[in-house]
Amino acid sequence: MVSDEMETEGKPALSEKEWQPKIIAFVCNWCTYAGADLAGTSRIVYEPHVRVIKLPCTGRIDVSFIIKAFEQGADGVMVSGCHPGDCHYTAGNYHARRRFAGFRDLLEFCGFDMRRVIFSWVSAAEGKKWADLVNEVVGKIRELGPFKEYQNLLAQSAL
Amino acid sequence: MIEQIREKAKELLTSGEVKVVIGYENGGMPETTRPVFITSPDEVERLIWNKHCYANLANFFVRKEVASLGKPAIIAKGCDVKAITVLVQESQIKREEIVILGVTCEGVGEPLLSKCPICDVNTPRDYNFLFGKEIAPKNGINKSADVEEFERKSPEERWEFWEEQFSRCIKCYACRQVCPLCYCEVCIADKNQPQWIETSSHTRGNVHWNLIRAWHLSGRCIDCGECERACPVGIPLSLLNRRLAKSVKERFGYEPGYDQEKAPPFTDFKQEDSQEFIR
Repeated sequence: MVSDEMETEGKPALSEKEWQPKIIAFVCNWCTYAGADLAGTSRIVYEPHVRVIKLPCTGRIDVSFIIKAFEQGADGVMVSGCHPGDCHYTAGNYHARRRFAGFRDLLEFCGFDMRRVIFSWVSAAEGKKWADLVNEVVGKIRELGPFKEYQNLLAQSAL
Repeated sequence: MIEQIREKAKELLTSGEVKVVIGYENGGMPETTRPVFITSPDEVERLIWNKHCYANLANFFVRKEVASLGKPAIIAKGCDVKAITVLVQESQIKREEIVILGVTCEGVGEPLLSKCPICDVNTPRDYNFLFGKEIAPKNGINKSADVEEFERKSPEERWEFWEEQFSRCIKCYACRQVCPLCYCEVCIADKNQPQWIETSSHTRGNVHWNLIRAWHLSGRCIDCGECERACPVGIPLSLLNRRLAKSVKERFGYEPGYDQEKAPPFTDFKQEDSQEFIR
């Protein structure tokens, strides 16, 4: 491991490097994680700015996970799981779908930037879809820049 | 009308059919009322009913202190009965273990609370005894007119609005305490391992708390408006609640508090549920 300070001359230190988006992906163990794995074993090269968090099922994803990710400085959040009908636990993704639909409506109503929350179905066979999606999302978030509206919230206390 | 209520309360308490009557009494100041728990037939004169009886008394069923008094009778407006229906549906109380003294209501508050002009349960949908003249439900009311108006603003305007509103939140949790459907013994806001919702009242934590409060009532909130009434800093919480009610109605065809046989939307699903937002 080479720390930022120790980087060889000619390369800028991390702080001076170009800002890169920070994207958190909550994925299910059975489909999207396997899909991302397939992207790797297929040697597909895609944007490295996504941090994957594996959960048993999209039905396990509490909406607080999404809010927490933004609180911790995420610029975008992806949520991905099995296609309808493919859930390892039969119906987890159907329940999740209802939840995300309602929660999205709430976020949208509050004026949240909806381009930063992305839901998708990616199966274990769709390594290519996963790579393309990540590339697209990273590109989009790079265009939008850091999620300042949310990251500034802490400074704007009423006190 | 109050005479008949007192008479019935007396009868129920004397016969021992119920052990406590939950109702309203004079609040000690003009135009105020407060909840009262009548346990003796001699005390029924304290009960009152007027347009200042805002509180949703269904809140008290799930309180241990009240439950320990024995079988309750409750004075309930149409909106309060909707809360009772959801509590029964969620197995918090058994319908046969309570007595509902339903009152017809043409709206409470001066001026009327915002929920009253869009009320379609002036006559409660469920009761053991009804007091007051039956009022036919209004037809064709748009319950989300204010929501639709707000939605016409741009996302930036909406964010700015809510950011300002939430920045004033002091995390007193009055909205939670007063809500008849916020009955979790340990609220997510009080859990600290891990600490999901930040406790200090800065805007970031406030946003999380307010989103989660509204979200946990999605498909359950019956729009009694108590949270908004209790809020000491005047955040329009009902607007959020009504947005989610609209979402649940449009997406899943469900309205909480009307039919206790129908499965609550987030315990259920359909294969053909909309997924226009999923890639």
